[in-house]
Amino acid sequence: MSAPATQTDALPQARIDFVPVALVVAIALGAFALIGSPSTWVTLTVAGLAMGLLIFIMASGLTLVFGLMDVMNFAHGLFIAIGAYVAVSVIKVFGASAGADSFTANLAAIVPALAAAVVVAGLLGLFFERVIIRPVYGQHLKQILITTGGMIVAEQLIHVLWGPDQLPLLRPPTLRGSFLIGDIALEKFRLAAVVIGLAVFVSLVALLNRTKIGLLIRAGVENKEMVEAMGYRIRRLFVAVFVAGAALAGLGGALWGMYQESVTVLIGAQMMVLIFIVIIIGGLGSVGGCFIGALLVGLVANYVGYLSPKIALGSNILLMVAILLWRPQGLYPMNKQ
Amino acid sequence: MIEALLSGDRPRSRLLAAMLAAILVSLALAPFLFPGTRALDVAAKVCVFVLLVASYDLLLGYTGIVSFAHTMFFGIGGYGVAIATTRLDPTWGAIALGTVAALAISLALSFLIGLFSLRVKAIFFAMITLAVASFFAILASQLSNLTGGEDGITFKVPELLRPGFRLLEEPLLGVTVGGRLVTYYLIFAAALALFLALLRAVNSPFGRVLLAIRENDFRAEALGYRTVIYRTIANCLGAAVATLAGVLYALWLRYTGPNTTLDFAIMIDILLMVVIGGMGTMYGAVLGATIFVVAQNYLQDLMKLASGAAQGVPLLPDLLHPDRWLLWFGVLFVLSVYYFPRGIVGQLRAWRT
Repeated sequence: MSAPATQTDALPQARIDFVPVALVVAIALGAFALIGSPSTWVTLTVAGLAMGLLIFIMASGLTLVFGLMDVMNFAHGLFIAIGAYVAVSVIKVFGASAGADSFTANLAAIVPALAAAVVVAGLLGLFFERVIIRPVYGQHLKQILITTGGMIVAEQLIHVLWGPDQLPLLRPPTLRGSFLIGDIALEKFRLAAVVIGLAVFVSLVALLNRTKIGLLIRAGVENKEMVEAMGYRIRRLFVAVFVAGAALAGLGGALWGMYQESVTVLIGAQMMVLIFIVIIIGGLGSVGGCFIGALLVGLVANYVGYLSPKIALGSNILLMVAILLWRPQGLYPMNKQ
Repeated sequence: MIEALLSGDRPRSRLLAAMLAAILVSLALAPFLFPGTRALDVAAKVCVFVLLVASYDLLLGYTGIVSFAHTMFFGIGGYGVAIATTRLDPTWGAIALGTVAALAISLALSFLIGLFSLRVKAIFFAMITLAVASFFAILASQLSNLTGGEDGITFKVPELLRPGFRLLEEPLLGVTVGGRLVTYYLIFAAALALFLALLRAVNSPFGRVLLAIRENDFRAEALGYRTVIYRTIANCLGAAVATLAGVLYALWLRYTGPNTTLDFAIMIDILLMVVIGGMGTMYGAVLGATIFVVAQNYLQDLMKLASGAAQGVPLLPDLLHPDRWLLWFGVLFVLSVYYFPRGIVGQLRAWRT
C-alpha cells in the first residue's frame, strides 16, 4: 500500500518506453553479427539511417495530423511529389551554380530549391486542407475517398504541368561521391540527409516539448475537446500542423528526389506505402513512434537488401506484421478515449 | 419471375430501369450489334468490371469498409488460371483446378486480413490493405519463374475457346460463331449469374446486417450481431467474387500480368466506377463500370478532337490531351463524393420522388 499522494508531490513524469529504442539498437547489432565486415556494416547503417530519416521527414506531418484531428490524408504523397518536381524546376533555373564545382555555389542552388519545395508544398497543403479535407471532418470513409480523388486529380495536373516523362534531378557535384575513412565509404549525400533529418527531428521534438504551441498540439492529440473548452481554437492549430506537415513532406520529397536522382509522378504513391507502414509500426498519431518506425524500416530495408536481396522489397511488410503481432497498436500506442 | 431474379430489389426509377435494360440487351447481343474485335473487347471488359465493381461495392457501399487490396484478389484469380493451364495441359480440368486453388488462396488471405485488421478503424484497414496489396504486386513481379515477372503469362485455353475454333461452319447473321463468341458468352453468363447472386446476398438478412454495420456499428454490435464476423464474411465474399472476375478476365485476354490485374491504377479505376455509379447499390456498379469502360476506350478519341480544336489557347490543349482523361474522371469523382454520395443511381432515384 502506498501513501496517498499529497499536494507537495511533483507531477509524475511520463515514463518513456525504451524497449523500441533498444529494438533498433538490437537490430543494428544483430545485423553486424550477420554481415561480419565492419566497413560494410557502417556503410549500410548510414544508408539505412539516411533512408529512415528521409522517410521520417515525410511521415511526421501525416501522423501528427491524424493524432490531432483524426484525419488520414491518403493524398499526402502529393506533397512529396510536388516538392520533388519544384526542386527539379528550381535547380534548372540555378543550373550554373548547381553544376559548379564549389560547395558554396552548390549550396546557392540547393537551398533555394529546398526552400521553394517547402513553400509550394505548404501552400498546396493550405489549399488542400481548405478545399478537400475541411468538408469531410469526422467522416473516415469520405476522407479516404476524397483524398484519394484529390490524389488522382493532382497526379494528372502534375502530368499537365511537367509532362509525363521521368525527369532527372542531378545532385550537385560536391554532394556526389563519398568520403573514404579507412576502408569505410560514406556517401556524402546520405550524410547530408542524416544531418538534415536529425535537425528536423530535434527541432520537432523541441517545438513539441518546449513551446506553448507544442504543448497545445500535444494536449490536442490527447483530448481536443478539452483544449477547445480552454478557449483555444483547435481548428487553427490543426491547419498550422497540416500546412507544416505538407511543407515537411515537400522537403522530404525534394531530398528523396535527389537521393534517387530522378523524379516521376509515381514518387508520391510509392512513398505513401512506406509512410503508411512507418506510421502503423510507430502507432498512429505518435511522433516518437514515427521516428523509431522510420529508422527500423530504413535499417531493415538496407540490411536485408544486402543479406538477401530476394526478399528485400517485402521486408517492410514482414517487419510490420512482426511488430503488429508484438504490439497490435504499434510501438507507441496512443490511448485515445 | 423478374422480381425473384432481382431478389425484390427493383431499380425504383423508370430511367434507371431503361438504362439497365439497354445495357443488358447491348451486352447480351454485343457480338451481333457491334461487330469488330475492339467493340467485343469493350463489351467483355464491361462484363468483367461490372462483376468486379459489384463485389467491391459489397465492401465499400454495403459494409462501409475501404479496401485497397481488391485488385490483389482479381490478380490471384488471373494468375491461378494462367499458372494452372501452363503447368498442366490447357484443359477445362486445369482451369477448374486453377480457379479452385485461387479461390482457396483468396479466401484464406481475405480471412486473415479481415481478422487481423477489421476490428479497428476503417482507416487502419485501408492502410493495411494498401500495404499488403503493394507487397503482393512486388511478390508477383519478383517470383518470375512462377508468375512470369513483369512480362506476365500468356497461356493457351481449351480448344472450344480458341479464336481459330469454329462452332458453326456458316456465319450466323454475318457473325462468325467461333471460339471468341463462345468465350464472350461464357463470360457474359458467368458475370450475370454472379451479379444476380450478389444482388441476392445484399438483399438477404445477411445484407441487412451489413447495412446496419455501415450505418452504426456500435448499435449493430449492441443488437447482438458480431460485427467482426459479418465484416470478415463480407470481405471473404467480395474477395471470392473478385477472384472469379479475375479468372474470367484472364480467359478473355488469354494472358495475365501485373499491368492487367495488380496495378494500383486498376484499383483507382474500381474506386471511380463504384463512386460515380453509386455506392450502396448493385445497379451503381453496372452503370459505373459501363460508363467508365466505354469512356476509357472511346472518350480519348473525342478528347483528341477537342484538344486539336483548342490549339493556340494556353494550357487548354494539355488539359484536353487524350492521356488526361483520368483528370476529368478524378474531378467527377471528387464532385460526386461531395454532392452525389449515392452516385448516378442515387440521383436517378431522387429525381423520381
